[in-house]
Amino acid sequence: MGNVLLQYLTVFILSVFVGIEVISRVPSVLHTPLMSGSNAIHGVILVGAILVMGHATTNLEQVLGFFAVILATLNVVGGFAVTDRMLEMFKTKPEDKKKKVIDETDEVIS
Amino acid sequence: MTRGTAIDLCYLVAAITFILALKGLSSPKRARAGTFVAMAGMFLAIFVTFFQPGLHHQLWIYIAMAIGVVIGLPAARLVKMTAMPQLVAIFNGVGGGAAALVSITTFIGSNPKQEATYKVLEVLIGVFIGTVSFSGSAIAFIKLQELITGRPITYPGQQIVNALLALAAIALIVAVLVTASTTLLWILLVVSFVIGIGVVLPIGGADVPVLISLLNSLTGLAVAASGFTLGNNVLIVAGTLVGASGLLLTQMMCKSIGRSLPNILFSAFGSNITAGGGAEGGETRTVRQSTPEDVGVLLSYARKVAIIPGYGLAVAQAQHTVRELADELEAKGVEVFYAIHPVAGRMPGHMNVLLAEANVPYEQLKEMDDANPELPTCDVALVVGANDTVNPSAKTTPGSPIFGMPIINADEAQHIVFLKRSMRPGFAGVDNDLLFDEKTVLLFGDAKDTLSKLVSAVNAS
Repeated sequence: MGNVLLQYLTVFILSVFVGIEVISRVPSVLHTPLMSGSNAIHGVILVGAILVMGHATTNLEQVLGFFAVILATLNVVGGFAVTDRMLEMFKTKPEDKKKKVIDETDEVIS
Repeated sequence: MTRGTAIDLCYLVAAITFILALKGLSSPKRARAGTFVAMAGMFLAIFVTFFQPGLHHQLWIYIAMAIGVVIGLPAARLVKMTAMPQLVAIFNGVGGGAAALVSITTFIGSNPKQEATYKVLEVLIGVFIGTVSFSGSAIAFIKLQELITGRPITYPGQQIVNALLALAAIALIVAVLVTASTTLLWILLVVSFVIGIGVVLPIGGADVPVLISLLNSLTGLAVAASGFTLGNNVLIVAGTLVGASGLLLTQMMCKSIGRSLPNILFSAFGSNITAGGGAEGGETRTVRQSTPEDVGVLLSYARKVAIIPGYGLAVAQAQHTVRELADELEAKGVEVFYAIHPVAGRMPGHMNVLLAEANVPYEQLKEMDDANPELPTCDVALVVGANDTVNPSAKTTPGSPIFGMPIINADEAQHIVFLKRSMRPGFAGVDNDLLFDEKTVLLFGDAKDTLSKLVSAVNAS
């Protein structure tokens, strides 16, 4: 176990606390958009996918990396697009859309 | 500054944007801005990755990304809003799959026999969790899309089979740690895939959103594991953020439907519908408890709110605070009126007097007969310390002591919020079915106290 591992562990542990702290008071109307938003954020795996694909030396690695990049791109693009669509409904308070937000979000939750 | 340092700095900026985004997503006002910030951070992180030294096959990377965009964007933009949960499920699943592939590719590309044990363990965790999330999300998608039944799918000995699979996975992880065998790693991948399916099959459609939240959290952890393997901080931070906040979110979702996570995962709820919906035994039924923040948002985004005051309002001397809340809501463009039951409180006109004292505009006060036709059009009925006067058993249960009493039809509103001191029945000593209705949430506590919390919650949202 080198110092490097310890360094990553430190980042990991601190991130756990930040992750918990940062969403501790989210209203249930926003549960689904929050889930969708964090879904988009773990799409950052695309960075990892690009790296393994770019450093691939064998055909097998290349093929796996290729699929990893496709899947990760889907995750990022889809995740953000879906979140944005959900949040569009919170943008203003147009009278009839508002109710829809609450109804649909509740439907999703319960 | 070397190129590596510059790239790492950009990753740091991206990590910060992700934290800000999660923070923003916790409030309706800043949610959208938060998402844009995260998008910018994500773009930065991906963009600078192309400047990493020694990156080959760039053309193929572009092609793969183009394929992802061409499939993902239309899917996300064109699918109906009602199908959103399954879209989140599938986009989550592919993320898990990507994390598993990243981990496995790193393993193949390295010389596993020479790697430190902890390195191999990171790979194994990434492969295991990522694959479970992938197949689990796929099944969740199939269920929500109603390609298979949304009901729990069970078979005899299901728990045992799942337990055995879990044991097999653990054994395989240990075996790979010892032997560094690539073949065994592939077998682990298959077993993990089956576990994901096995765990999700017995979960009922209504609980799937909670499950997706859990799988989302798992994908985050898989991404973090890949981050360890690749020695990449932005993956560790982002993955862990999602993993930790996702777990908490899952907990919150469980709470808001009044169930525990193990109960959701292992009880095949809904295969035999007994709890929750039945009319028998008041004690076994669950109520949905909420928080002032939740209700504050619910109220702020309503069109029309009916406030139904009762004795609890009088006891708590909360008439001024309730007016404050009404004013706050009106300022946000919400239509507010008070539905006054003739016997609300302990004397006729009790409520009118109290509210008049607080200078509530007269035209906002509606007597029962005027209020009832309005209630079906209300988004929220806010019941402040009333109970019997909104108890639907007065209409529905001939044996009830209060049967035949005219009530305010709070049950016809879209959502019902009860501010109550306790679960004790009202003056008449009759259980109130409305408390257990699925449209109902409860806020326990002193009415005045709760109302002032609501005022600040409405203010903030």
